[in-house]
Amino acid sequence: MAQYEKILLKNMEQPGYTGALGDYERTGGYQALRKVFTEMSPDQVIDEVKKSGLRGRGGAGFPAGVKWGFIPKDHPGPKYLCCNADESEPGTFKDRQLMERDPHQMLEGMAITCFAIGAETAYVYIRGEFRLGAKILEKAVQEANAAGYLGENVLGSGQTIKIHVHAGAGAYICGEETALLESLEGKRGMPRFKPPFPATHGLYQKPTVVNNVETMANIPHIINRGGEWFSGIGSPPKSCGTRIFCLSGHVKRPGNYEVPMGIPFRELIYDVGGGMRSDKPLKAFIPGGASAPFLTPDHLDVKMDFEAVAMAGSMLGSGGVTVMEEGTSMVWAALRLMEFFYHESCGKCTPCREGSSWLAQTLQRIWNRQGREGDLDLLAELCKNIAGRTVCAFGEAEVGPIQSTLKYFRHEYEALIQEAEASRPRSKEIPVMTQ
Amino acid sequence: MLLVKFKDEVEEILSRYPVKRSALLPLLNLAQREEGFVSELAMRDIAKVLDLTPPQVFETVTFYTMFHLKPIGKFHLQVCKSLMCALVRSDELVTWISKKLNIGPGQTTVDGNFTLSVVECLGSCGTGPMMQVNDDYYEQLTEEKVGRVLDDLARVGECSLKSGPFMFPMPLAKS
Repeated sequence: MAQYEKILLKNMEQPGYTGALGDYERTGGYQALRKVFTEMSPDQVIDEVKKSGLRGRGGAGFPAGVKWGFIPKDHPGPKYLCCNADESEPGTFKDRQLMERDPHQMLEGMAITCFAIGAETAYVYIRGEFRLGAKILEKAVQEANAAGYLGENVLGSGQTIKIHVHAGAGAYICGEETALLESLEGKRGMPRFKPPFPATHGLYQKPTVVNNVETMANIPHIINRGGEWFSGIGSPPKSCGTRIFCLSGHVKRPGNYEVPMGIPFRELIYDVGGGMRSDKPLKAFIPGGASAPFLTPDHLDVKMDFEAVAMAGSMLGSGGVTVMEEGTSMVWAALRLMEFFYHESCGKCTPCREGSSWLAQTLQRIWNRQGREGDLDLLAELCKNIAGRTVCAFGEAEVGPIQSTLKYFRHEYEALIQEAEASRPRSKEIPVMTQ
Repeated sequence: MLLVKFKDEVEEILSRYPVKRSALLPLLNLAQREEGFVSELAMRDIAKVLDLTPPQVFETVTFYTMFHLKPIGKFHLQVCKSLMCALVRSDELVTWISKKLNIGPGQTTVDGNFTLSVVECLGSCGTGPMMQVNDDYYEQLTEEKVGRVLDDLARVGECSLKSGPFMFPMPLAKS
């Protein structure tokens, strides 16, 4: 099995590494922050990150440096940084590890980002369920404050960088950046219309950058070792660096694995993850969290980078790879995901709010052997009327599993509907209900 | 009331934000941790502190699934049922718990100790089936393991099987 250099998980995998400030400093921690404060201008930092080709690790994959560059430089008054630690995409559990095992790595990244965009206040929006992660982060912030890496006089420069941990309260949609901002403002977490984008009208209508935990964790390494070094890893020019892929489902060794982008799915699932957990062959896999359309064994040689997966008709998304073995009903799998989306639809846009309930009910009906002829057309029609007609990307996300299973596993739906039709009374007479 | 009891903590929370309303979720979290649910009184108190109307607080509370408007059991068992956990038998985990405690999802045991909920993804997809009990995660559960967790919680109020800082898979020891 090929060995790859780890960047983000390297420290935490050393025996005895606790993630405390002392441990982090011993591995060269906060040297990058020192470097930007002594040797670099904010523009140089942004240029370095642009050069690295780092793209957002939350799901959308927007180039981080470009996002920072959108922040108006001459804006009077506060600007904000929000670190998206909501990690609510089913299939994804990497940020939890980054926060709980090496919190200073992302805090240093946040401090550097604050320096680059000129923000004095940053918030970590962490999902409410991660109580342990929030406690660890809060402690790490205190340590960094006491050591002068954060606070009112960072490294003696006179500059202020304050980081606060803000816990959510259980809403998937708050991982969407504008919903996150709404939630952080103490409101219902409903996405905003874009434009204007958060870069100009974000938190409290001020210029704001929202970046994922893994994106932030990459920043110190890019500053230390240079954008050019980073852009040589993985699958340049579009998908640079490593990625922490979260492997789950029917594999032998589920878990978080950091590998360069661009290795084929086959390698991740069979070499890194040890292959299928039983002797049953692979039936389908989800390449990038619940929002990503299903792929089949025919796609095992697709490279794991943003472009290749998009070409294959899905998306790399948040990096959550879920593997399903032969014998798993794809109708059932789509239903489980649809129940999730139905539960989590925020209710702002009618197509999504009404459509998700309709989709879930139709799938339930089919799965309970009560499907009707015409249900598959109904599903397709509903999907068509949701995707692209909502404020945020949730609309596309919720139809992905259904459209892709309909495409690759239509016969499973048809078989269930045929079963239902066959068990219905054949008489044309209207059945008389008796007490 | 709450705000008198936790005066320092409330002030610290308020100091984090330039706009008061941002403190709403943290204050609700605080109220729920204290009382076990978000009471009407707490919502009115919080509204007053943040210069909001009670309906503004209420509309926000009802959006978020983690807030309870009614008291629940001392231990809230939340079992993840999303696809990734379901692939590794989370439905059976619900059955094991139901059988042991004699309650179904959404119900509370007669002694008020346990409430069972079936919830959506908790961000622990590689280590399912799993559940969250109050603040703690319990992962890679088997029938035997979950039995021990429930016994320990009922007897001493905590269980050593809870997850620590997350790392999975654990790196192999180098020989």
